Amino acid sequence: MARMKFLCDAERCIECNGCVTACKQEHEIPWGVNRRRVVTVNDGVPGERSISVACMHCSDAPCMAVCPVDCFYKTEEGVVLHDKDLCIGCGYCFYACPFGAPQFPQTGAFGVRGKMDKCTFCAGGPEANSSEEEFRKYGRNRLAEGKLPACAEMCATKALLGGDGDVLADIYRQRVTVRGRGGDVWGWATAYGQPGQAPGQAPGQAPAKGGKS
Amino acid sequence: MRHAWILGAAAAAFALAACGERPQVVQYKQGTYQGKPDQKPYAGAPFDGNHQQWENAMRQRNQTQNEYKRIGS
Repeated sequence: MARMKFLCDAERCIECNGCVTACKQEHEIPWGVNRRRVVTVNDGVPGERSISVACMHCSDAPCMAVCPVDCFYKTEEGVVLHDKDLCIGCGYCFYACPFGAPQFPQTGAFGVRGKMDKCTFCAGGPEANSSEEEFRKYGRNRLAEGKLPACAEMCATKALLGGDGDVLADIYRQRVTVRGRGGDVWGWATAYGQPGQAPGQAPGQAPAKGGKS
Repeated sequence: MRHAWILGAAAAAFALAACGERPQVVQYKQGTYQGKPDQKPYAGAPFDGNHQQWENAMRQRNQTQNEYKRIGS
């Protein structure tokens, strides 16, 4: 099996936050911690795009590189997980992560930062599969039940796909072929606009000349 | 008798000397995972260690995200 990955089809995401809710419900995530969130680019401007963002389970994960106690590991399916018993809650992984995936529960009257919490690709953590201990620390282990992440399976428009990267690429390729567009949705121009484009201007309205995509 | 008692006490003290000693710190090796080992997702029920069965289940599950295959195109 190839690596487990998430893929969000920006042509389909309708910013319903169903994935966020599904994640919070499935793992009983405490208030203030969001393992997944929906980000909208060019919000309010015609042509706006939304994507669902969580831990992307990087192939060369920066969180793993900076962790001073080396509490991160990667499963053979390519899922980046960590041991909460070892985590010291320093927050280095949060600064290193380009997606803002690591979350820190605030506890006590002075908002003391707790141990890091992040998306587990519904794969639990280093405790016995589907045990009470695993659920309490890391949430439900859906992979051990033969299921895919709750956020992807719950997505109403199937914008968020989760699973074997090769299979996801095939599904996405077929979609783009059938609808005849959307393969170029991702890229520099969508996220940051194009050269000469006024701030707030929709990417589709900007001159495409010389723009990166 | 007295010698036997002293010998017995010394042997007991020697035998129990290390009972309460557990490693207090992790053996730190730069850049390697220091935490507990994790189980494979297919280790327990319903797959009982059958990797191939788990992969097939995941592959089948993956295809439910493809509506062109699920409801026909």
